[in-house]
Amino acid sequence: MTQLWDFAGGIHPAEHKHQSTSRPIRQSGLPERLILPLQQHIGAPAEAIVIEGERVLKGQRIAEVTNGMGVPVHAPTSGTIESIARLPVPHPSGMDDWCITLIPDGEDQWCQRHPIADYRQMERDEVLDTIRMAGISGMGGAGFPTNIKLRPPRDRKVSTLILNGAECEPYITADDMTMRERSDEIISGLKIMAWILRPERCVIAIEDNKPEAAAAMKKAAEGTQIEVVVVPTKYPSGGEKQLIRILTGMEVPSGGIPADIGVMCQNVGTAIAVARAILEGEPLIRRVVTITGEAVAEPGNFEALLGTPIHYLLSQAGLQETQLHRLVLGGPMMGYTLNTPDIPVVKTSNCVIAATAQELPDPEPEQACIRCGQCAEACPMELLPQQLFWYAKAGEFEKAEHLNLFDCIECGACSYVCPSSIPLVQYYRYAKGEVRIQQAEQLKADRARERFEARQARLEREQQEKELRRKERAKAAAEAQAKKKAEAEQAAAKGEAVDEKAAKAALVQEALARKKAGAATAPETQTTDAENSSPAPDIPALEKQLTQAKSKLDTMQSMLEDAKAQQADNVDKLERAVAKNHERVKRAEEALAEARADTTPATQSTE
Amino acid sequence: MALAQQSSPHARKARSTSRLMLWVILATVPGLLAQTIFFGWGNLINVVWCIVIALAAEAAMLSIRKKPLAFFLKDNTAAVTGLLLGLSLPQFVPLWVSAIAVIAAIVMAKQLYGGLGSNTFNPAMVGYALVLISFPVAMTTNWAQPGLLWESAPGFGETLNLLASGQQTVVDGYTMATPLDEYKHKIATHTAAEVLEHPTFGEGIARGWEWVNAAFLLGGLVLIGLKIITWHIPVSMLAAIAVMSLAFGSNPDQYAPVTLHMLAGGTMLGAFFIATDPVSAATSHQGKLIYGAAIGVLIYVIRSWGNYPDAVAFSVLLMNFAVPFIDHYTPPRTYGHHKARRGVPGKTQG
Repeated sequence: MTQLWDFAGGIHPAEHKHQSTSRPIRQSGLPERLILPLQQHIGAPAEAIVIEGERVLKGQRIAEVTNGMGVPVHAPTSGTIESIARLPVPHPSGMDDWCITLIPDGEDQWCQRHPIADYRQMERDEVLDTIRMAGISGMGGAGFPTNIKLRPPRDRKVSTLILNGAECEPYITADDMTMRERSDEIISGLKIMAWILRPERCVIAIEDNKPEAAAAMKKAAEGTQIEVVVVPTKYPSGGEKQLIRILTGMEVPSGGIPADIGVMCQNVGTAIAVARAILEGEPLIRRVVTITGEAVAEPGNFEALLGTPIHYLLSQAGLQETQLHRLVLGGPMMGYTLNTPDIPVVKTSNCVIAATAQELPDPEPEQACIRCGQCAEACPMELLPQQLFWYAKAGEFEKAEHLNLFDCIECGACSYVCPSSIPLVQYYRYAKGEVRIQQAEQLKADRARERFEARQARLEREQQEKELRRKERAKAAAEAQAKKKAEAEQAAAKGEAVDEKAAKAALVQEALARKKAGAATAPETQTTDAENSSPAPDIPALEKQLTQAKSKLDTMQSMLEDAKAQQADNVDKLERAVAKNHERVKRAEEALAEARADTTPATQSTE
Repeated sequence: MALAQQSSPHARKARSTSRLMLWVILATVPGLLAQTIFFGWGNLINVVWCIVIALAAEAAMLSIRKKPLAFFLKDNTAAVTGLLLGLSLPQFVPLWVSAIAVIAAIVMAKQLYGGLGSNTFNPAMVGYALVLISFPVAMTTNWAQPGLLWESAPGFGETLNLLASGQQTVVDGYTMATPLDEYKHKIATHTAAEVLEHPTFGEGIARGWEWVNAAFLLGGLVLIGLKIITWHIPVSMLAAIAVMSLAFGSNPDQYAPVTLHMLAGGTMLGAFFIATDPVSAATSHQGKLIYGAAIGVLIYVIRSWGNYPDAVAFSVLLMNFAVPFIDHYTPPRTYGHHKARRGVPGKTQG
């Protein structure tokens, strides 16, 4: 007897499984149209590689993922592509998405298949690639691409491979019936996955409410090392984390994946898909779907081509439309309601419940939480649902996160037991959504702040550099001023009158000379004989003129240099400006000469 | 075809809050029956009276708060508050005193805090403590003398008259000090054997009281069996009283014996029906254990060294204060985590 562990919480909802296990799996046949959504699992959507009006063969690839994580989509039968358009797809929001619509021609003509007789002779990567090309993604839950899941990170060795046949949700019997009727194919698929992963232990877990399935699997597993383990019925034992706990006593670390503790779970349907892909060369084009609920007369399981509209399956199961009140895709605990039966079966569709109003009645109005704690007793993740609810309702998401909001698996056990009819899971989804939005906004805000800070730093740096240059210039100017002052004193001591106009002209001259001197390396500047005249009486005005003139020249100089370095268009223009400046200098020189005639020449200037 | 759009889960267990409350009410029936048999009609009259006042006060407050009456009244929580007060008040307490207790419970402790689910304090115990402090005479001298209903106690009509008369004290002959009161006040000057001669103790542990407590214990076990309450609070509370009694009060000539603590006064009613009020109690299993044990310790401390012979109301109210604090430090360890995240976000991390 294999040792089993228990997980916390859990509930025992009414099973409603017998109604769909009394009939064998039926083939649903060819509907008028097949609708194949381009996105059938998490990851990147596929892109259509066929055009409208094109004839395709059964098993032909019609959409492929070129960028990102994803697997191709295949034509489930031969026929003509009618359209590639946005149609309602299976999604809780009831949204439309891109779908390829295929009109079957009834011939069911296969394309070339490439079965692999002995996969053991091949490289594992080749087998994984075949699995990818067969379009296989997990058929139990979120539909993670199987080839990626089967190749865990290099440092993660999978020591326990679990085939999840627990099927703990009420109503659903797709895995149960598959195990009863197709146990050999399941074992073949499991063997392929085991060959890829080389685990030490390979377990098929089945809840004890499915004795027929367990017996069939035990028989099929005879002579292999595969263990068939019957686990106690308790929802949600089929949850990946709970099943791992039951079988190994270990827990998947929060935020981690099962491979972190050397475990991998695969679904029963996925095993069959792998077996067919490798051994028969058949891509994933069909799956078993449970059609049940009190609004159908003949509930049971159907093997349906992917893309089969749900209304087609419902009519085959004898839908009594007047009775139908709620249409649930998936189980009654985690499934979502559909607003139309026109949506197609996809790779992850396991069950459709056509429920009457008595069967799944509308919820009672929400009452106040009395903190009775029944939710905490039921929670399989050992959370405090009522506290999470309180914080979610109050918008205190930080506190909700602190109480491990994101460990919630949304199994619905808390809402199920809540005596006040509080839709707890809905509150957690809302809180998670809000936290994700906040995180996205935070990220955006952080980036914006970084950008702003970088800009501020740059501006500040430029300002400092400018300030530094200004100080240098001021210093130079002050030195010149001091010199002139000394000269002026000298001149004043000589008792000579000063012609103001001449003095100004002289100062301009001096400034220009200084400019030329400062920019001596530039070829287009011309050194002038800088001759100074008598000092100016209006010191501040002269100083200002001097600074302005100098900065103007600096700017012009640097602009010209930049322009030359970058081979910009405005080089000519700048050169003209410099030439103009030369003229000004000339004129100033002439004025200086005139002024000289009137005033006493002063000492030589600025070298 | 209009299909119903609902968020998962779609299946629900049909056990509503009003149904839970109904079970709580039913679980008190054995206790009420025992009270009636041993202490006369007083408790039954009190229970009916308190429930009526409670529903009226609730309805009045709901209409002032503009809430739908039927929807909230049918949750049965106001009835439970009235019921618990009726069960815990002295048998001969005047009707106006019990009315004040109920109104304080419903109006102040419950509705002014935001109604069901939002009250910090146990409403019934707020009402009880208020009248105990305000009308100590009425609340301590009106305990019925134990005796079989069909032998000694006043008849139904007479009891009703006494209750309605409005007198704070009832003529002697019908009332008697409670066993805890008697023991507490006599043991200072007498030996245990002398104290126990008083008729309030009878031949067993505490005449009448022992049956009443046993009946509430039975009702409480039913609630645990139906998973309406968990065992944590009652067990830790009773264990704490027992441990305190054995550790500090093992000498019967000084302190009341452990059997008296367990089977007299409001111990069992408190442990299974009052301390377990989920709204004002701690949340997690560990929190409940701490909460219950602390109530038990406080009950023993107040009974032994305080001024009051019984102490369920004060102990529960004192621990109600501590609930948010307890809750912050006793969350369970979540699956996939090494340890629980205790404390307040941003201050301590687990």
